[in-house]
Amino acid sequence: MTTTSRWRALTHHQLFWPVAVLILLLLVNVPFTPDFFSVKMTDGHLYGSLVSIVLFGSPLILVAVGMTLVIATGGIDLSVGAVVAITGALTCSYISDQADQGALSGVLLAMGLGLLAAVVCGLWNGFLVARMGIQPIIATLIIMVAGRGVAQFITDGQIITINSEPYKLIGGGYWLTLPFSIFVVAVVVAVTVALTRRTALGLLVESVGGNAEASRLVGIRSSRIKIMVYVFCALCAGIAGLMISSNTSAADGNNAGLWIELDAILAVVIGGTSLLGGRFSIGGTVVGALVIQTLTTTIYTIGVPTQTNLVFKAAVVIVVCLLQSPKFRAKVFGAKFGARFGARGSARPAAAPADPAPPADAAPKMEVS
Amino acid sequence: MTTTTQSPQAAPDSRTPSRAARLLADRRLPVAATALLFLVMYGVGLSRYQFYGFAEPQVFLNLFIDNGYLLVAAVGVTFVILSGGIDLSVGSMIGFTTMFTAWLVERQGLPLALVIPLALAVGAFGGFLMGYVIHNFEIQPFIVTLAGLFLFRGLCLVISKESISISDSGVSSMAQAQVSLGMGFLSIGAVVSLVVLALAFYVLHYTRFGRRVYAIGGNEQSALLMGLPQGGTKIAVYTVSGFCSALAGLLFTLYIQSGDPLHATGMELDAIAAVVIGGTLLTGGSGYVLGTLFGVLVLGLIKSLIQFEGTLSSWWTKIATGVLLCAFILIQRFMTTRKKA
Repeated sequence: MTTTSRWRALTHHQLFWPVAVLILLLLVNVPFTPDFFSVKMTDGHLYGSLVSIVLFGSPLILVAVGMTLVIATGGIDLSVGAVVAITGALTCSYISDQADQGALSGVLLAMGLGLLAAVVCGLWNGFLVARMGIQPIIATLIIMVAGRGVAQFITDGQIITINSEPYKLIGGGYWLTLPFSIFVVAVVVAVTVALTRRTALGLLVESVGGNAEASRLVGIRSSRIKIMVYVFCALCAGIAGLMISSNTSAADGNNAGLWIELDAILAVVIGGTSLLGGRFSIGGTVVGALVIQTLTTTIYTIGVPTQTNLVFKAAVVIVVCLLQSPKFRAKVFGAKFGARFGARGSARPAAAPADPAPPADAAPKMEVS
Repeated sequence: MTTTTQSPQAAPDSRTPSRAARLLADRRLPVAATALLFLVMYGVGLSRYQFYGFAEPQVFLNLFIDNGYLLVAAVGVTFVILSGGIDLSVGSMIGFTTMFTAWLVERQGLPLALVIPLALAVGAFGGFLMGYVIHNFEIQPFIVTLAGLFLFRGLCLVISKESISISDSGVSSMAQAQVSLGMGFLSIGAVVSLVVLALAFYVLHYTRFGRRVYAIGGNEQSALLMGLPQGGTKIAVYTVSGFCSALAGLLFTLYIQSGDPLHATGMELDAIAAVVIGGTLLTGGSGYVLGTLFGVLVLGLIKSLIQFEGTLSSWWTKIATGVLLCAFILIQRFMTTRKKA
């Protein structure tokens, strides 16, 4: 009896399906690359498919975590890709102007400048959404369109390449045998989880997403919360922009972070956060981003032509959205199941932290949530 | 149509609003503002580049030739936005149609007369499917059309990673055909886009379907309570948008004479921007398809002005579009708050 109830608790846990999909995708790789799970130590660095999935997925995880909070307030941020490009462009152009590109102070200043630009973009988005009351899709569309232009303006339409050791660290460097970007992601995720789950902030964000007007009436400053999440999202995108430009040691105003907003929204949806707002799961989002990165890696390793990547993603979006739709569940699985499923989905408090028994190989990713 | 929508707006206010307030509440104001903006920009162009041939009528007609496909796509998006939805799949659908057409004509050797209806049917069916999912499963249009964006762009790449150039003589003769207007000429694509615009104007303002689109965009709940076939209209709107995107794709193929998996990336944003600049409210229910024409012309004029300036780089187009988009969204916002107050 205890095993069945424990099993039920496990399958009913919010993260069960995203994690199951992730494990399934990882296992698909094994017949094609038998040493998929092996992690080798070379030159004091850890190498292996798992490490590279996390490494290449880091910018996406960051953007998706920011996006989760925005979506939790019932909004959406389409401008993250442009913010990634602007941050990378500004930082790289500042570094490339310096006499000594390796100087730590100059690099830190450049990064600060880039992140400041990101925060300004976030403030602008938040101002339009919260103060002017413009639909989030449209408000953030402005920076999505103009931002790429601004990024190209900063880089003068060129790809700026730099050669700076300290800057290389954040996106392509190693620390304690692991890629440094993993630590950055871990810190950002941990801080986000702590702020939203250990303080009332997460509750406030969810209540604004549930009903902004009602939240305002009970005394929550909903517009301030909204501005805050857009700034946070832009900041995350800015860090991701630093990572991407540092990994390639170049800033490309045109292509850096292209389509990352769509991938990030996809990650959030896979992670079980409802697009309607009102509840969110940071852990789910992290798993969702890893699912997308694993999907990309899997498509490479099993030799399916890489161009089918987008078709797969489209299929995933459609399936996940259909499964989230109460009406679809009612039609396909019968009214009873649909109602039960739907009621459970909405009644359950969002994101119970730390499932006691996460499956073994997902454990390293789970511990952050 | 215009007069019927105008009168109830001015009448019910008993406080006898000032002339300025009445002007601000006029639904035609954004369209007029866009038209004025277009004229001002054209005037600036005339005064700056009059010795470089800007005054020639052909420069004006080229706006239609170079932006015909965008106009058609934007007309489709106008339907969707008027009904209160959004369609992000437009650019991908255009890219897919160019690829599909080029592949069928070049690689499969099908006659053009068969390929054109086939491409249009595929586009309309794609739109129908998205509309069906949006209505029947109550998923947000944003996310469904996002999936459409991925799907069609992916299908482009599945057809071929390389671009396919079209050497079919029928296509090139169609592309080079000129319709003389006395002072200049239009391409077939431009003529088709103007026909589409006229049709859309008729459908939106003089048919039942058009009224339903406005009604649903204005207030879905009341439209439902009034007994309007809300589901059918919604699905039809996305079908129209899919059809228009496919037609825009055909015009784009004609314009550029090749299929490429990366054609028209991000054109959905241009189309949405044109619709918004044309004064259509993003919340739905208010706007004119003629405004969309002016929106497209303004965007096209920005491009030609930048070309005439010569020293400005192409990214200024994006920045200028973003700034205009922002300005018009703020104007819209100002108008709607005025109306409520």
